[in-house]
Amino acid sequence: MSEKQGRVVGVNGNIVTAEVDHAVTQNEVVYVSTGSLRLKAELIRVRGRFVEMQVFEDTTGLRAGDTVSFSSYLLSAELGPGLLGRVYDGLQNPLPELAEKTGYFLQRGTYLPSLDRVRKWKFTPVVKVGATVHAGDTLGTVPEGIFTHRIMAPFGATGALTVQSIVGAGEHTVEDVVARLTDAAGSSFEVKMMQRWPVKMPVRCYQERLRPKDPLVTQVRIVDTFFPVARGGTYCVPGPFGAGTTVLQQITSRNADVDVVIVAACGERAGEVVETLREFPELTDPRTGKSLMERTMIVCNTSSMPVAAREASVYLAVTVAEYYRQMGLHVLLLADSTSRWAQALREVSGRLEEIPGEEAFPAYLESVIAAFYERGGLVRLKDGSMGSVTIGGTVSPAGGNFEEPVTQATLKVVGAFHGLSRERSDARRYPAIHPLESWSKYPSLVSQADVEFGRKLLKRGNDVMQMMKVVGEEGTSMADFLQYLKGEFLDAAYLQQDAFHDVDAATGGERQKHVYGALVGLLRQDLAFKDKDAARSCFQRLLQATIDWNRTAFGSADFAAAEQRVRGMVEAVKKPESVKAGAS
Amino acid sequence: MRTVYTKVDQIVGNVITVAASEVSYRELAQVTSHVGTAQQRTSLAQVIRLEAGRAFLQVFAGARGIATDAEVRFLGKPMEVSFSDALLGRVFTGSGAPRDSGPRLTQNMVPIAGPSVNPSERIIPRRMVRTGIPMIDVFNTLVESQKLPIFSVAGEPYNELLSRIALQAEVDVIVLGGMGLKYDDYLFFKETLEQKGALQRSVLFVHTAADPVVECLMVPDMALAVAEQFALQKKRVLVLLTDMTNFADALKEIAITMEQIPSNRGYPGDLYSQLAARYEKAVDFQSAGSITILAVTTMPGDDVTHPVPDNTGYITEGQYYLRNGRIEPFGSLSRLKQFVNGKTREDHRTIMNVMIQLYASCKEAREKRSMGFKMSAWDQKLLSYGERFERELMDLSVNVPLEQALDKGWEILAACFEPAEAGVPSKLVDKFWPKKP
Repeated sequence: MSEKQGRVVGVNGNIVTAEVDHAVTQNEVVYVSTGSLRLKAELIRVRGRFVEMQVFEDTTGLRAGDTVSFSSYLLSAELGPGLLGRVYDGLQNPLPELAEKTGYFLQRGTYLPSLDRVRKWKFTPVVKVGATVHAGDTLGTVPEGIFTHRIMAPFGATGALTVQSIVGAGEHTVEDVVARLTDAAGSSFEVKMMQRWPVKMPVRCYQERLRPKDPLVTQVRIVDTFFPVARGGTYCVPGPFGAGTTVLQQITSRNADVDVVIVAACGERAGEVVETLREFPELTDPRTGKSLMERTMIVCNTSSMPVAAREASVYLAVTVAEYYRQMGLHVLLLADSTSRWAQALREVSGRLEEIPGEEAFPAYLESVIAAFYERGGLVRLKDGSMGSVTIGGTVSPAGGNFEEPVTQATLKVVGAFHGLSRERSDARRYPAIHPLESWSKYPSLVSQADVEFGRKLLKRGNDVMQMMKVVGEEGTSMADFLQYLKGEFLDAAYLQQDAFHDVDAATGGERQKHVYGALVGLLRQDLAFKDKDAARSCFQRLLQATIDWNRTAFGSADFAAAEQRVRGMVEAVKKPESVKAGAS
Repeated sequence: MRTVYTKVDQIVGNVITVAASEVSYRELAQVTSHVGTAQQRTSLAQVIRLEAGRAFLQVFAGARGIATDAEVRFLGKPMEVSFSDALLGRVFTGSGAPRDSGPRLTQNMVPIAGPSVNPSERIIPRRMVRTGIPMIDVFNTLVESQKLPIFSVAGEPYNELLSRIALQAEVDVIVLGGMGLKYDDYLFFKETLEQKGALQRSVLFVHTAADPVVECLMVPDMALAVAEQFALQKKRVLVLLTDMTNFADALKEIAITMEQIPSNRGYPGDLYSQLAARYEKAVDFQSAGSITILAVTTMPGDDVTHPVPDNTGYITEGQYYLRNGRIEPFGSLSRLKQFVNGKTREDHRTIMNVMIQLYASCKEAREKRSMGFKMSAWDQKLLSYGERFERELMDLSVNVPLEQALDKGWEILAACFEPAEAGVPSKLVDKFWPKKP
């Protein structure tokens, strides 16, 4: 084998410099060998005879003169049946299988095939010999859990391709050749069930990209009603530590109304991934009745795992998301946290001695973040079916300050912003999404007028509260005081949700429409009380009743009874018509 | 026999440069100079960069006194620490040399800063660590395999708290990593452990404020490597690190010397990864022991948004705020407590929630009072409750097991409120609410 090789001349952290005397490709995969160790790396800079590579592993023990082998392919993901339900590291090594091999600890330089090479899949062809296909067109299908997994013509193929041969229905492994295609120039190539795709390049085998407008129901009320996310949209969740970014993502990964969920745990605590790893197989997906794990893939590159692989992990996740999108599925990618990835970029940039931008992040930070979020989207595939990738990224701003570069660069490119606030989480108001600072450009489940009403009420209520801190309750007018109580009520009864309660943890779309409509109707009423204490205690009781209502199953008799109770309580304190006419 | 180099090209800060090709990244070397006492003349150094035939070495004892013709002898291995039961009861420096009168240990060397645990081998934490401190046991339970910092400021009794937890926690081995400790504090730890007979199950790696700064960097890695070995031998290990802010400052110092571009207030861009690499060593092995890490992070200027506490908060599973000699109930958080506090006693969670909510109301009442508003009868109750809560549970001198602390909680509630006012579920009221005589 005439492998292209070079020699190590320098090591600085995970950046290795090598000397070469042949052509190399930017971003190609490189292996650095020392003794029996063979470490994966990516070429990231070329300077004359010298090339610099970021090694995806600890570089301890490398020495000058070590061999560097160039693979001439870019960092790629293996795509094929059997990705769902798996747990990978940032380089797509299956972690449970690594554990079988190396025990408790991750040993560097151990790489395993991403897809099971032995498992057989039931293949059914859908094209005939002589048919013309294009890149990304379906050649056949295999059942993968609850999905029909499409085996597609390679995404990288160009022009019209003719099916020269295709195997019949039968059982095959991912490495078996299932078809042979011929391109316009007449050269033919084999197609396996598995294909490789460079993770940093978007898959573009679709007819057209559409504007995301259908809401993606996350079953988190404050999100779906006030700051909705659309299928194919992008959103970010910045928050200081302890504000519940990760919990919010975990809840979303369970309850979101999508086909496939890809979780990219990028540079965060290992313990949190473990919760997902251990709990998901036990939880049932209410939509399918199967284990949640069957629709989930986890990419896990936690904070103590090699830094350079953090970048690879988010790209791997988005590539797999795009792959399932190509099957006409709706995919949600949750990246926690994009800040750690940005920090990985900063570390590498620093070692390359690039001129730093703000807070020493590299100048290209914004374009890298933008390009990543732009891989989300709603598309119409060539066969007319729709598929989408929705991207939700958490951001961990230093000091909880949203002015920092990563948050700002992200805000420029996302369609919704769910800003978590320390103030709200300290007050145990979960989810701690700040209702006055967050925004969304996507349409809500409920009417725009109702959303506006709610927002104004919250804003006004907050203004009154600030004022009351100065002038006290005594100095506040009854009308203002009622606005304050209504705002607080809407916040506590609707925006806040108990993540640990069976029913309250997830509120479906229909229920949100019903309950929010009812609450807005009630809050629009003019109410009359003899004094502030009476008003306060009435709202306290009303809140208790509404929280009980939230905890009843939608559509049950209890639900109707609880609703009746809430309505009755408001009815009892309604301002009489005659007085109302005179007052307003 | 390995080559000895005798030509130092460059000395900048604690980093020296030698023209040497046959060395590996992170290899150790011994640097011998002519100046100083025998002890001072030899120091370990570690390769921190290889570049065009030159090796950059970080000298543990500092570069002071190193001549340009100093002897540099490469040892052909990265930093290691000796591991055996002989470590127990001993005190070492950051570079592994004995700080007490015992012999130097060279048996069974294990590498430090080893690979991280495969996330798929981790398990959901399951065991509580009892400390006898109600603010921890009742309100923010410490859990085996947890990593928790104590956020504090200079002058607070954080080292006293740490040593108390060390003495009272039910663990097999205590590993203390001291970074930038005042000599007095080092002696305090040593004497406390000795007096209470806990030194025999402890290993101390201590870097005092007067020691070379590079050794400070090694302390957490040495301590955690030893802890990991004990844990693999089915021991439950508690690692105490004080003070991680000094560790971060040492990182900063080295990074600046190496002309790295600082990111935030002079700290290097990889501060998060550096801290995470240490904290993430906390683990509960499925069929072996566990490592629990309790670390002190002093917040410069009591500012939690300072890069060190801020990055720490993103890494650790909660935090304890130590202010005015008490563990603050607000802000303090054990993210793992729900894994264990449902299995202790049925009233544990209720007491935890109810007492904190009432204490929060008490704080509001105090604010109202300080602004000169009128105090209602309810406010008066809250005020007297707050006082008792602070005196009988929050105070650090209170030292009772969990069950007694819960009983004390009921006693305080009953003395201050009617059952309905406290918002306790009636089932628990029947069982636990103390009957009036």
